[in-house]
Amino acid sequence: MNHYETVFILTPVLSEPQMKEAVEKFKGVLTDNGAAIVNEENWGLRKLAYPIQKKSTGFYTLIEFDAEPTIVKILETAFRRDEKVLRFLTFHLDKFAEEYAIKRRSLKKNAPKAEEAPVVEEAPVAETQEVVEEVVENNND
Amino acid sequence: MPQTQSEIRYLTPLSVDTKKKKYCRFKRSGIKYIDYKDPEFLKKFLNEQGKILPRRITGTSLKFQRRVAKAVKRARHLAMLPYVTDLMK
Repeated sequence: MNHYETVFILTPVLSEPQMKEAVEKFKGVLTDNGAAIVNEENWGLRKLAYPIQKKSTGFYTLIEFDAEPTIVKILETAFRRDEKVLRFLTFHLDKFAEEYAIKRRSLKKNAPKAEEAPVVEEAPVAETQEVVEEVVENNND
Repeated sequence: MPQTQSEIRYLTPLSVDTKKKKYCRFKRSGIKYIDYKDPEFLKKFLNEQGKILPRRITGTSLKFQRRVAKAVKRARHLAMLPYVTDLMK
């Protein structure tokens, strides 16, 4: 099992429920293939630094997961087939990145932004270690 | 000729610019992983056109220069940083 991180950008033409649905779909792709989702972040609608497919904004979503290497290929195929996805990036976290990711997660947990987006308790998909959080962050820079 | 050079006199003593030693900020502050998700931080390693600054200017060690480059390229791919631009700062 390796630790992976994936970020993808969805088109801004989607409505909020459509966007959520698309995110669920990709999470489904992961969990169906035996991946354990460790963390999920929704960064909301962000401005792009340059236009992609003539769009200047996009919905960013980050998912961290533990999986076998073969899953990455399946996930990326799913991204390519879906025209709602503008851009995606999946990569393996090395030991330093993992340390950083753990720190980042704990920071987020300690200072959750209460007024934003209800924290949705995840169905018992990832019964591994922790509850998957859904926190909408506008800007964490 | 070397002799004439030594005869040049200055009214004020030449300020021999004290070279400030460059250092690798990652080594000094103990940062091990450079996050591509923080474009504001990565901008410190770019010039106005969005190009990655060389090590000889930033003083970053080779190891971390590679990681900076990787982070910048990831951020560019995800449209957090531009590939080409003018007047970024």
